[in-house]
Amino acid sequence: MAGPSRYRKERIDRGIKARSDTIYVLSSYREMVYILLPRILPIFFLLIFPLVVGGGYWGKVVFYSCTFALLALSWDLLASVGLVSLGQALFFGVGSYVAGGFNHYLKWPIFLTIPVATIGGAFICSLLLIPVLRLRGVYFSMVTLILPLLFDHLIETLEILGGTHGLLSLTPFPNHWMAVYIAILAVIVCLFGFRRLIHEDYGFVLRGIREDDRVVMAGGINIYWYKTQTIFIAGGIGCLAGALMTHYYQFVGRSAFALDNTILPLAGAVLGGSGNFAGAVLGTFILVPLSEALRALGGLRMALYSLILIGALAILPEGIFHYLERKYHQFERIVSI
Amino acid sequence: MSEEIILRVENLTKRFGGVVAVDQVSFEVRRGEFLGLIGPNGSGKTTLINLITGFVKPTSGRILYLNQEITHQPPYRIACMGVARSFQMVRAFHRIPAFKNLIVPLYSPRVKKLGGGKYGERDDIAVDLLDDFGFERDSLVPYKTAGSLPHGYLKRLDLARCMALRPDLLILDELFSGMTMSEVAATLPLIEKFNREGLTIMMVEHRLKELFRVAHRVIVLNFGRKIADGPPKEAMNHEEVQKAYLGTEVEG
Repeated sequence: MAGPSRYRKERIDRGIKARSDTIYVLSSYREMVYILLPRILPIFFLLIFPLVVGGGYWGKVVFYSCTFALLALSWDLLASVGLVSLGQALFFGVGSYVAGGFNHYLKWPIFLTIPVATIGGAFICSLLLIPVLRLRGVYFSMVTLILPLLFDHLIETLEILGGTHGLLSLTPFPNHWMAVYIAILAVIVCLFGFRRLIHEDYGFVLRGIREDDRVVMAGGINIYWYKTQTIFIAGGIGCLAGALMTHYYQFVGRSAFALDNTILPLAGAVLGGSGNFAGAVLGTFILVPLSEALRALGGLRMALYSLILIGALAILPEGIFHYLERKYHQFERIVSI
Repeated sequence: MSEEIILRVENLTKRFGGVVAVDQVSFEVRRGEFLGLIGPNGSGKTTLINLITGFVKPTSGRILYLNQEITHQPPYRIACMGVARSFQMVRAFHRIPAFKNLIVPLYSPRVKKLGGGKYGERDDIAVDLLDDFGFERDSLVPYKTAGSLPHGYLKRLDLARCMALRPDLLILDELFSGMTMSEVAATLPLIEKFNREGLTIMMVEHRLKELFRVAHRVIVLNFGRKIADGPPKEAMNHEEVQKAYLGTEVEG
C-alpha cells in the first residue's frame, strides 16, 4: 500500500460549460439546480424559519436577527465603497427617533412613520456625514463612532424627545407576523438588490472608489457624489431597521444609540465575510441567536461570546460565506502522484 | 498641429512648506502637439502634472484649458473637460478584473455625453479597447484581476483607462518606466498614432531617446523652474540643461 505522501488532494472548479462573466449557458436541469439552489435556499429558509420557530421568545429573536441583518447589509454597502462605518448605531438611532417622534407627537400611523423614518432618516444621516466625506480610512470611522454618542448626550442633557425616559407606548404592529415578514422582506430585497447593484457598472464605480479613489477622480467621476449616494442608501436601510425595532418594542430610548447596535452588525458582517452581502446576513443570523442562547449563562455570556467570535475569525478569517462559496464551486478528489 | 492653444499655464507656483516645487512656470500647448516634459529627479515634473489635473492646488498662477480657467477646479471636472492622465506609480483597481477597470471612465459624465456606450454595452467597449493595448480578447488576460497582471500590463491598462475617457489632452507621467524594451517598442507606435490622429500629448519621460523620436517640442525643468523650451535638439544643447543633466565642472 502506498504511503500518504504518494497522494495529494486536488481541487477542481465545478465549472459550467461556456460560461462568461454575464451569461450562463445551462444545458441540463442539474446545472440549473446548481445555479439556483444557493439563491432559492436562503429565501426559502427566511420565509419558513419564522413559522417553524413560532411567535414566542424565539420569534422575537428572528425579528432581532432581521433588523441586525439590515444594519449589517448597510455596513457592508458602505464598506464596498471604502467607508468603514463604526456608527451603525447612528442610522439605527436616527431611524428609531424619527419614527418614534412622528408617532408619539403627531400620532402618525405606523405605515407612514416607517417610510418617513427610512427616507427622512437617510437625508439626516447623509447631511451629518457629508462634511466628513473627505476624510479617509480611520478618520471617517472615528467621526461615525462619535456621532451616536453626540445624539445620546444631546437627548439626555436637553431632555428632548422624552429625555432619559424615552418615548413610551408607541403604536405596535398589528401582529407579530406582520412585523417579522416586513423585516424579512426588507432583508431579502436588500440582500439581492445590493448583490445586483455591486455587479452593475455603478457597483464597479463604487468598488473602484474603495480600491483607489484618485484613479476614479482621474476617470472623471465625482467620488463625493457617489459616496453621498451610498451613505443615503446605507443610512436609509439602517434607519428602516431602527424604525421597525421602535414599533416592535413600542418604545424608543437612548439605548437606540448604544454601541451594541454598531458592534453586533459589524461582527456579523466580519464573521460571515464582507463584500458580498450574503456573508453579512449569514453572520448576523448566527451571532444574534447565539448571543440570545448564551443569555442563560449570565455573566459568562460575553466572555464565551467573545471567545467564539475570536475562534471563528482565527479559523476562517475570510468569513464563513466566502468559505462556503468556495467549497460549493470546487470539489476535491484524491489523486496519486 | 493647429494654431489653437489647448493649454496655457501662467506663472504657476507651488510651495510645499519651504520647498518651491514649481516656480513661476509658464508655457503653452497647441492642439495636436506632442510635448515632452523632462528634467532631473525632483525637478517638479509630477507636481506640474498634479497641478494641471487638479490633484494639487497651486500657490499662485493660472491654468487655462480651452480658454477656460481650471486653476481651482476639482480633478473629476478637469477630467470631464477632456484631460486624461496616467500615474507614475502604477495605480489600478487591483481586486477588479482588468476590463472592468475601464468601466470607471466609461461611466463618467464626459463619455456619457459623447455617447459612448449605454447600459450593457460598456463591457464590450472595454474589451475592444483593451484589445488594442495588447490584452488579447480571446485570452484570459482581460478577465484576470488587475492585481494578478505583470507591471507592463498595468502600465498599458493605465494608458487604456486614459483613452477610455476620450481625451483631448493626454498627460503621461513616465509611462515607460518599468516597461521592457519590447513593451516600449509596442506601445510607442500606439501613442504616435493617437498623436497623428489629432490627440494632444504631454509626456514626462526619462527615456530620452524614445521621447525625442516622437516629441515636437520639449520643456526642461530644473528645481521647479523652466530652463529650456524648444525642439528636442535645441533644448538639450542649452547650457543650463547640459549643467542640470551632466553637472558642472568642479573648480579648483
